[in-house]
Amino acid sequence: MGTKDDDAGRSPRASAAGSGGAVSAAGTRVGVASTAVGIQRINHMPGAGSARAEAINAGRHEMLTDTLRKQILSLAERGVKRPRIGADAVCEALLTQGVDVFFGFPGGVLLPLYDVLGDYPELRHILVRHEQGAAHAADGYARACGRVGVCLGTSGPGATNLVTGIGNAMLDSVPMVAITGNVVSSLLGKDAFQEIDITGITLPCTKHNYLVSDPNDIPRVFAEAFHIARTGRPGPVHIDVTKDALMGACTAEHPTTLDLPGFKPKFEGHFRQIKLAAEEIARAERPVILAGHGVLISDATEELRELAEKAQIPVVHTLLGIGAIDERHPLSLGFVGMHGWKHANKVIQSADLLIALGMRFDDRVTGHVPTFAPYARIIHVDIDPAEIGKNVAVEIPIVGDIKRVLMALLPQIQSVAPEQRAAYLGQIAEWRAESEKTPWHGSGAWRNGQLSADFVVGAIGEASGHDATIVADVGQNQMWTARYAGFRRPNSHISSGGLGTMGYGLPAAMGAAVGRPDKETWAIVGDGGLQMTAQELMTLVQDNIPVKVALLDNRKLGMIRQWQELVYSGNYHSSNLLGPDWLKLAEAYGVAGFRASTPEEVEIAIAAARAVNGPALVHFEIAEQQNVFPMMPSGKGLSDLLEEQFEEPKQ
Amino acid sequence: MSPTDQTTGKAAPAHTAPPARALPGHGEAHRHVLVAIVLNKPGVLNRVASLMRARNFNIETLAVSHTDQPEVSRMTITLRGDDVAVEQAAKQLYRLIDVLKVQDVTGDPIVEHEIALIKVRANERNRGEVLTIAEMHKAKVVDLAAESLIVEATGTEAEVDALIALLRGFGIKELVRSGTVVMSRGAGSIEEAVKR
Repeated sequence: MGTKDDDAGRSPRASAAGSGGAVSAAGTRVGVASTAVGIQRINHMPGAGSARAEAINAGRHEMLTDTLRKQILSLAERGVKRPRIGADAVCEALLTQGVDVFFGFPGGVLLPLYDVLGDYPELRHILVRHEQGAAHAADGYARACGRVGVCLGTSGPGATNLVTGIGNAMLDSVPMVAITGNVVSSLLGKDAFQEIDITGITLPCTKHNYLVSDPNDIPRVFAEAFHIARTGRPGPVHIDVTKDALMGACTAEHPTTLDLPGFKPKFEGHFRQIKLAAEEIARAERPVILAGHGVLISDATEELRELAEKAQIPVVHTLLGIGAIDERHPLSLGFVGMHGWKHANKVIQSADLLIALGMRFDDRVTGHVPTFAPYARIIHVDIDPAEIGKNVAVEIPIVGDIKRVLMALLPQIQSVAPEQRAAYLGQIAEWRAESEKTPWHGSGAWRNGQLSADFVVGAIGEASGHDATIVADVGQNQMWTARYAGFRRPNSHISSGGLGTMGYGLPAAMGAAVGRPDKETWAIVGDGGLQMTAQELMTLVQDNIPVKVALLDNRKLGMIRQWQELVYSGNYHSSNLLGPDWLKLAEAYGVAGFRASTPEEVEIAIAAARAVNGPALVHFEIAEQQNVFPMMPSGKGLSDLLEEQFEEPKQ
Repeated sequence: MSPTDQTTGKAAPAHTAPPARALPGHGEAHRHVLVAIVLNKPGVLNRVASLMRARNFNIETLAVSHTDQPEVSRMTITLRGDDVAVEQAAKQLYRLIDVLKVQDVTGDPIVEHEIALIKVRANERNRGEVLTIAEMHKAKVVDLAAESLIVEATGTEAEVDALIALLRGFGIKELVRSGTVVMSRGAGSIEEAVKR
């Protein structure tokens, strides 16, 4: 599992129909599209060991210009006889920043750029079906491989369609550069065709944004944008380029230094605060580490494990912190918050020291703040000073990069033997055994033999060796994925945490598959979310991006239905959802489709989808009324979890 | 439930079990004065104003002007909030790429001034009274007409408030205030750190 050549060993696409037939015989209703797409899969992982690969890797956290800049061919060297224009500067700037793939959709004002794209064959442009898909794909790409994701949309509606994806990247701290075209600068402010004040719109949901109307500003602005997007706390940067800036002659060179006096993130934690933290850790009897997305972003998973092991501190994590520690690690307790594991929430509520690493005390994690971690002193490490004390008052704030702070902290930590924490860890083990007892999970059937969603998710995790990149959509499917898929590798779990964007799953998986083509990629989506962005199935086919879509279809807006059942006394308004015949839809798009409606069919359908050399969709007809438990009702605390009233599955 | 019965059985450490974790921003609100040194670029005022709105901070006054450095502008912002909330506002402002420095000068030794123009109803019968009040507040009369006059007042926000309260009885036809500007006393300079 997990090598680039993996797919070569599986059945090629043409024979997928054959294996589908076999599955059919075994009792699963299977529909397999017969469209054969002859496009070779393009591998965008730069060859390991090459200078370019190393430069791209080095550029993950700091600006790179020189190595890549020198490799860029001039127009003359490309054999192109025309003057260099702003659009050329855009392409060169992308190459200078190590971009080799981006997601976009053309439009009137972008045509000067699309006109020159052909002269830059090193840049792979993936044509999406909707700009929202481009933004989510850039987001998924960035999360899967750690590089800056790039998306492109035209002026007006193209730009506004990107906004959801930009906001999503903002709330989840994802490095992204979103490029939009705008009308020629003389028409700005005149309500021209497809003109909208897009920099005004993206201002509050980007880390920074630019309006460029002079072609000679393009090299500097792009260099700054990429630097800002990936440095410190990552985030989306939006560049709006007018059509005349794309078309005008450009003589400016790509800069090697930047002048950003107002952007100086602090990486090293203050030594005195780190010393205080070490003292707190030495004193604590019931410490717990709460790991967030920052641990993954700063690549600090090794340091996290060392800290946990050295001081015998159990680790819980936020939704986006999944993958910060291998879930099989004995000190890993799983994820906390509204739908987190009960034992993990209990550990937070009883801890005397909470070590929060790269997380921001989201309300879905803390619940009612006055009752959050009531016995704990809190050490909060984050690279963004504005996160300190924003939602929760903390005792020991440390502003800095998680990796560097942990590297400074580790030598000051006293080793603790597991026996010294025996009582504490023993208590946690008891809680854990209790909360992991779920009568339906494992048997595959929820009530009356209906297919249980958590079983499906678990089966996907297992079938893919817990090494696939799994992208969730939003809602029940997201919580089941987080709880049951079983994550072991950093950045193998991708989810829209902050914005909770339905429709995120499929396009983000598309980006993730492009960013990590060496890993199998699954999108676990609900029937509600998939109907928001299903059009990207066509992109998967056109660009032969081998995403496997697991559709958990309960014919409901599941999380809405769950809240209506539990909070709004069963008033099920607008949560019943019709869907298309999914296999016919898949077939219409040319995507291999499979269906499973019983526990027995699950494994077969997953295997059939994995055998397809290309995209595939598995339609899981899951129980309509299954809820995600436990659940913290809004306004309540982590100690007030609702739990399933168990009903023994019928034999 | 106590920490003792649900975990190790050991007694809870002395620092545990506060009644409730404090919610940031829910303390007593005071007036704060922030000075922001920003890059003199188009749209920076919009970024600052938009951020304050989005983060739910209510700006009371905002004064923007050039500094002695052509590429740098200076904003003086007054707002009400508890110390934690205002610190949060300052930290959010710092996140803006075009903001170079933010300082809460509320408790610092500063010179604080604003200017107000107040158009007051005044005729030959009560003009003398208005002039006396203006004089006692070291305000100037900068325009005189048969039925009204314009008083120009400078001072702290509180001083200007006091004068306006006294003039209100005569009838204020029109009022404009510049918003507070401040400067630190002594040789130190808020702009020092951002000299380029």
